[in-house]
Amino acid sequence: MKARVYVTLKRGVLDPQGKAVCTSLHQLGYREVTDVRVGKYMEVTFGGLPRQEAERRLRLMCEKLLANTVIEEFRFEIQEE
Amino acid sequence: MKFGIVIFPGSNCDHDVYHVAKHVLGQEAAFLWHKDASLSGIDCIVLPGGFAHGDYLRSGSLARFSPIMKAVEDYAARGGLVFGICNGFQILTEAGLLPGALVRNAGLKYICRDQYLRVERQDTPYTARIKQGTVVKIPIGHGEGCYYAPEEVLRELEQKRQVVFRYCNAAGEVTAEGNPNGSLRAIAGVCNEQGNVLGMMPHPDRCAEEILGNAQGRRIFESIIHSWQQARRTRI
Repeated sequence: MKARVYVTLKRGVLDPQGKAVCTSLHQLGYREVTDVRVGKYMEVTFGGLPRQEAERRLRLMCEKLLANTVIEEFRFEIQEE
Repeated sequence: MKFGIVIFPGSNCDHDVYHVAKHVLGQEAAFLWHKDASLSGIDCIVLPGGFAHGDYLRSGSLARFSPIMKAVEDYAARGGLVFGICNGFQILTEAGLLPGALVRNAGLKYICRDQYLRVERQDTPYTARIKQGTVVKIPIGHGEGCYYAPEEVLRELEQKRQVVFRYCNAAGEVTAEGNPNGSLRAIAGVCNEQGNVLGMMPHPDRCAEEILGNAQGRRIFESIIHSWQQARRTRI
């Protein structure tokens, strides 16, 4: 079982990295870009759990460690292999 | 007084703090390994600067689960002094012992320079020997020192006077130029509600003796010792 976890900064939190990337895209001529937010992508592989329990535990992992919920939000997808 | 300095894999200011406590101020000092579970005989725990666990994932996020942190949390809950400097501050916010979070500097660059700070209150164990409003010059060295907390938390921090240090200019004015990293409300250091846990991004451990060209950081360590002695006197 594999989970894809996406962690991004919350809307109100300044993302200077995203801003720098946005500026570079503008310099490359991609004027249509209005905003870039840089986040993290993690693949978590685990096994031996029914899907619902896996989701519950993954949510806890995100809240406890994978994301800092003061500044970040997360979402994930679980794939059976 | 005995300082206990926690070493995480990747700490790099542990010896600076040890040197200040032991050789500059003549106190006892001991290193505590992050896998230790006991803190017996320690009067002030210091979480030093560095890059604990390589700053992987987020600064402080892995260190926060080191075995010693359970003991540090209990120690803080009992009113013990817990002092986080730089990476130590990041660890304390990740552990939830201090509010808010430290994110990437607004200018994206790692900044290493002297910085003016205004001491916002004297009635903490860490500032007992520094008058409120005093401007001190203490170096910073961080890439992720931009203090962030949601607006309602910031308001609460101000209301409860938990902002202990604020970035400012030489005259003590809080200005955009005086704020090196974009910290909200120019926050450089905060304490918990009880005042026994303090975190700050600047490094008083790097400026505690004249030979280094600046001894102003010493006043923070002297405050800690003074408060501890006062508290002991009242107990006896």
